[in-house]
Amino acid sequence: MGAIWFWIVAVMLAIYVVLDGFDIGIGFLYPFLGRSEEDRRVMMRSIGPVWDGNEVWLLAGGGTLFFAFPLLYASSFSGFYLPLMIVLWLLIGRGLSIELRAHIDSTVWKAFFDGMFFFSSALLAIFYGAALANVIRGVPVGADNYFFLPLWTNWRVGAHPGILDWYTVIGGVVALTALAVHGALYLAVKAQGDLEERALKCSQIGWIALCVITVVSLIATIDVRPSTLDNYKADPIAFAIPLLVVLSLVGIKWFAARENAIAAFASSSLYLVMMLVGAAVGLYPALLPSSISAASDITIAKALSGSYAIHVGLIWWFFGMLLAAGYFAVSYTMFRGKVPADAEGYGH
Amino acid sequence: MTALLLHRLQFAFTVTYHYLFPQLTMGLALLIVILKTIALKKGDERYHQAARFWAKIFAVNFLLGVVTGIPMEFQFGTNWAEFSRRTGGIIGQPLAMEGVFSFFLESTFLGLFLFGEKRLSKWAHWGAAFMVFVGSWISGFFIIVTDAWMQHPVAYRLLPDGRFMLTSFWELLLNPWAWLQYAHTMCGAVVTASFVMAAVGAFYLLEKRDVEFGKIFVKAGVIAGLISCMVQVFPTGDLQGRYTAKNQPAAIAGMEGLFHSEKGAPMVLIGQPDIEQQRIDNPLVVNKVLSFLIYGTTRAEVKGLDQIPRDQWPSALPLLFYAYHIMAGLGTYFVLLMVVAAAMLWKGVLFRSRWILWPLMLSFPLPYIANTAGWMTAEIGRQPWLVYGLLRTANGYSVHVSAGNALFTLLGFMGIYSVLSILWIVLIYRFIERGPDSVRPSSAPEGFTA
Repeated sequence: MGAIWFWIVAVMLAIYVVLDGFDIGIGFLYPFLGRSEEDRRVMMRSIGPVWDGNEVWLLAGGGTLFFAFPLLYASSFSGFYLPLMIVLWLLIGRGLSIELRAHIDSTVWKAFFDGMFFFSSALLAIFYGAALANVIRGVPVGADNYFFLPLWTNWRVGAHPGILDWYTVIGGVVALTALAVHGALYLAVKAQGDLEERALKCSQIGWIALCVITVVSLIATIDVRPSTLDNYKADPIAFAIPLLVVLSLVGIKWFAARENAIAAFASSSLYLVMMLVGAAVGLYPALLPSSISAASDITIAKALSGSYAIHVGLIWWFFGMLLAAGYFAVSYTMFRGKVPADAEGYGH
Repeated sequence: MTALLLHRLQFAFTVTYHYLFPQLTMGLALLIVILKTIALKKGDERYHQAARFWAKIFAVNFLLGVVTGIPMEFQFGTNWAEFSRRTGGIIGQPLAMEGVFSFFLESTFLGLFLFGEKRLSKWAHWGAAFMVFVGSWISGFFIIVTDAWMQHPVAYRLLPDGRFMLTSFWELLLNPWAWLQYAHTMCGAVVTASFVMAAVGAFYLLEKRDVEFGKIFVKAGVIAGLISCMVQVFPTGDLQGRYTAKNQPAAIAGMEGLFHSEKGAPMVLIGQPDIEQQRIDNPLVVNKVLSFLIYGTTRAEVKGLDQIPRDQWPSALPLLFYAYHIMAGLGTYFVLLMVVAAAMLWKGVLFRSRWILWPLMLSFPLPYIANTAGWMTAEIGRQPWLVYGLLRTANGYSVHVSAGNALFTLLGFMGIYSVLSILWIVLIYRFIERGPDSVRPSSAPEGFTA
């Protein structure tokens, strides 16, 4: 049962990253690809009707984490207090900038929210990447199952790291690069003409950076936490995961070069999922490794809720997911295809 | 300022601020469905336009509810880690269900409702509005289930390490406290929306502009307001009050300022509680009414604070007393105002009676205050317990998050939320100032030039 809920939470997180990931990616690329007012409107309209639903995966996933693994929720959220709070503030800024930009026809108003959109999206990507890197690196979980990390200490990975050290910064860069490529490809799917071309070209440039930083991050991970490979060595079928990461990178390049934006976007989605799955496999069954001692790791066994709760939860969760799948099918079908030249029916 | 106080202040501040938005969202969602139903049944285009106008306000309000609501879900973990560790197996369920069921529902259909009017049939668009209403009311339900469990724990087993284990899913959802609290809370949201709608209508009538819409908004607001204000007092307020008296005697004693147990206890209408001397200064009382209201007989004894151990008294007694009295006092005023306005509506003189339109216009902030005061009553009344009778507030916060960190983020929230307030006021004012005729169906917000 613990394994089931581990993978449920992991999958919900992965879906969040794939969906809100392109919202964030477009936010980061906003000043670079959005050269004209028309460009910026198209970029906004490409995510306008769907961004809020995408963001809900974070809440649904967080809530699920809360009830399935309350100890992990309590420990990690209080331990990562400041970065989490900053993420909350960035989410506020991001949401406001998407929804309020078009409300007043003023250069100053739009420029303000354009800036907020870029700034909050870029930092969200970096914080998310750093957060995952923190989980992989491990944190000083004590005997009482809690910890607290300041934002930074000496930028070194050691007994007393901060949230930000050289390893987690790499994690932030990976996330930013990956989501930028992801967002560019989504935009290529939704945009037309010149913007579509530039989005594709942007994804090609980003792809090079992504390949480099992916390799760097994998090497860094093995250096910082060699035990990541334990599950892989025990079950070599797991090496299919890094293989799929490579394949997905190849796919991005291959399809983008042939201007097949949809397939390239699918490959980018696969990349994100496989990187996350790879991290999950490296961690399992630990949820949050302790840098003090392995005995203090927060594991599935330690954190799992009571048996009745997780069994009954599976029932409503299953129905909920069916419904959610239905809503998403409706939503994405309704707003499928290229973003039209006028705003009709898209707001923003 | 201790860490405990700062964690409490931050949660109290952020949740109070957040709830300013959903109360209007949930109430307005219902009123918009009603407007659209009338529009479809009567074939009256003005009601369609009215719904479109309120949808604009709804959208901004909904957004602010979302961005201020996300911090709430995470704040259990960040600032109340020990509470979360212990109770997550139970209250994590309704919170997760809120995300999985209502948030997906709301966000999907909100997009369709706001932007899809032209590409949907009239009834499909009504359906989208209806689903937004359902989604938001389901959201409210799951939050209430969570708070109701804290007020009146059910369906649990307590383990030696302090964790609560869920023993029955349905008992959790069917907690009687939850249903009473839900009825009273949702009715309170309809009160807010009714007053806001009536206020905008009254403004237009007083200003002698958009008169047709002014009449529609006043009529809808007053009718919905009359029903919701009365139901809020009786039966929902009465039922919740009596249930609280049975299950949280300390809360009732604190709310009513009853220091000493009494048979035929009086109801204090107003006064200043003096904790040190254990009395109410210069009280205005109505004899025997409290006993009657709670137990149905003037001979019943109401338990006073004297029968409750000092370390189980709600910690902020004067605040509890005033929160309750402000809520009840305003609630009384609401009923009076709406009864008078409804009578005049019935007589056909409301729309030209400036002396009643003025209070209708000016009263719209008061339901916000009443709803807030009501929540303060509930949450302060529960003190010193976080989970009533089982876990003290002082034992639930994140001990590793220092006072300095908590204050830093509290100040951050205060700053950001101040900016949000200004944005909200500016945007809502613009919609009202431009009026219902300036809204075009399902197009981009004002300012868009294709």
